[in-house]
Amino acid sequence: MSERYQVHRSTRASRVAMSLFALVVLALAAAPWWAGRGDLRMLVEIFTYVGLAQMWGLLAGYGGLVSIGQQAFVGLGGYMLFALATFAGVPPLAALLLAGLIAALIAIPTALVAFRLQGAYFAIGTWVIAEVFRLGFAQASALGGGSGMSLPAGIVRDIAASAPAREALIYWLALGLALAAIGMVYLLLRSRWGLAMTAIRDSEPASESLGVETWRTKFVVYVATAGMTGLIGALIFLQKLRISPDAAFSVSDWTALVIFIVVIGGIGSIEGPIIGTIVFFALRELAADWGAWYMILLGGIAVATMLVAPRGIWGVISERWDLQLFPVRRRLVVTGAKADARA
Amino acid sequence: MDWINAIIQGVLLGGLYALFAAGLSLMFGVMRFVNIAHGDFIVMGAYGALLVVSLTGIHPLWTLVLVVPGMAALGYLGQRLLLNRTLGDDILPPLLVTFGFSIIIQNVLLELFSADSQKLQAGWIETASIPLAGGLSVGVMPLLIFASALAVIAGLQAFFYRTALGRVLRATSDDADTVRLMGADNANVFAIATAIASAVVGIAGVYLAIRTNFDPAVGPARLLYAFEAVIIGGLGNLWGTLAGGIILGVSQAIGAQIDPGYQILAGHLAFLIVLVLRPQGLFPKMKG
Repeated sequence: MSERYQVHRSTRASRVAMSLFALVVLALAAAPWWAGRGDLRMLVEIFTYVGLAQMWGLLAGYGGLVSIGQQAFVGLGGYMLFALATFAGVPPLAALLLAGLIAALIAIPTALVAFRLQGAYFAIGTWVIAEVFRLGFAQASALGGGSGMSLPAGIVRDIAASAPAREALIYWLALGLALAAIGMVYLLLRSRWGLAMTAIRDSEPASESLGVETWRTKFVVYVATAGMTGLIGALIFLQKLRISPDAAFSVSDWTALVIFIVVIGGIGSIEGPIIGTIVFFALRELAADWGAWYMILLGGIAVATMLVAPRGIWGVISERWDLQLFPVRRRLVVTGAKADARA
Repeated sequence: MDWINAIIQGVLLGGLYALFAAGLSLMFGVMRFVNIAHGDFIVMGAYGALLVVSLTGIHPLWTLVLVVPGMAALGYLGQRLLLNRTLGDDILPPLLVTFGFSIIIQNVLLELFSADSQKLQAGWIETASIPLAGGLSVGVMPLLIFASALAVIAGLQAFFYRTALGRVLRATSDDADTVRLMGADNANVFAIATAIASAVVGIAGVYLAIRTNFDPAVGPARLLYAFEAVIIGGLGNLWGTLAGGIILGVSQAIGAQIDPGYQILAGHLAFLIVLVLRPQGLFPKMKG
């Protein structure tokens, strides 16, 4: 009796989903021609949150590294963009890329310090480091100290000739970064690093005994996500045109909301952060003027999700219908084994 | 003389930080559980004291009589009803649930008490001071807080090492499953540990309210100070936590002496230096 095994990754659902995804991306790419300026700004915000959520989700959901300090890299990216463009005369788009690179470089010593702490202590340690950056930048008088600085008008004109052109460019950059963040998680998870990360998340000692280099894997993931987070941060403040330490290193804007998005959408998946972002913005439209109650509601939903359905909305959906839209898992398909099973 | 004064004030401030840290240290010790909302619980205690004072008009120090048992009861129920459900091998649930609590508490306090900065007035005891040699003096209130920190830590130490319940808590710290086999109810033991930690949080909250200005958003910074004191001192050692609090307080005081903008930064940097040079803390857990 011959048995044949095949390893599949894509499923019929994932192929359909990918085609739909491509269509949605095409429609979104054309948004500057069909959407109003307010809508574009909102979409930019949505894309940046999708990107930040993917990065946080990659760290926590696959790397087992729960960080409450990702605002460190958002703020660094923003400040580096402003500093490079204003003082070194780097063109804004080149400064954007360099800002991401610098964030990744600074993540190297940061990781060396933060990795001395484990689990929950790692989480608080990253928060301390982000606070050090915030307080440090508040002391940097060249960058405006505690009150921050604006991007000079000449540099703003360098981005693009007219305001609509600038907004369209920032829009495409945001869309591109969100896709890049999704692509980065997708490719990383399909690579051997992804296998190593999943193994570490499930059991660190077991994966170590099988030869997975846990420290190095975590380190690579931490630095890579820091770079991408820095890039997104640089774009956020390129859109805002103004930066201050409290806005740049805000734990509630760049980490708390992102954590809620990932937890509600579903941790440990690519779909979860996207769904979480959509839910978050829908809720925000509904409850825009609730003030503090809105945050209480959001926190309450996140806590309830964690207690009732720790895998979030996407976890419930994918379990109920056995769905996986982004094919990152390997499935073993056995053909011609039925006869054996009966025998 | 300014420097000596700064160091003395820093040591006394360290007592307050040790009070912040003792509860955090205790919960981690027994349950391997880190409460991200710890700082916000302290601030909740401070607002509890504010509420009691504004309702009854009693002296702020007397609010301890109500706030401490109140926080302990809240801690017991919170652990029993909610937090026990998050405990397990996965570190995500407790971390993310308490992070959610942190944001919820801050916003509920904001809704109830507004963002205005508050402070409790404790009358003569706040301004009274004891003169020392060389024109230096120490305030009675900071001294009282420091003495309270000593008493709380000595009390916790005696409780852990001299009582039957303390023995159960220490055993749970070593191996929770085996303790359950021996007939202890883990859910109850954890809730008792949280109740004790919350009582200390209540004390810290009342002192915070008397000693400094506070508003609904100051919780996270208190969590960071508490955490730094625990790590500097070494995990699992309460006297080490006191030493950690003092080192943090002195670093902040020295930073502030250089430039007021460096106060908090200096504390964080002292913590990072200890973390790099001695990640196990200065006084890791001793046998005994």
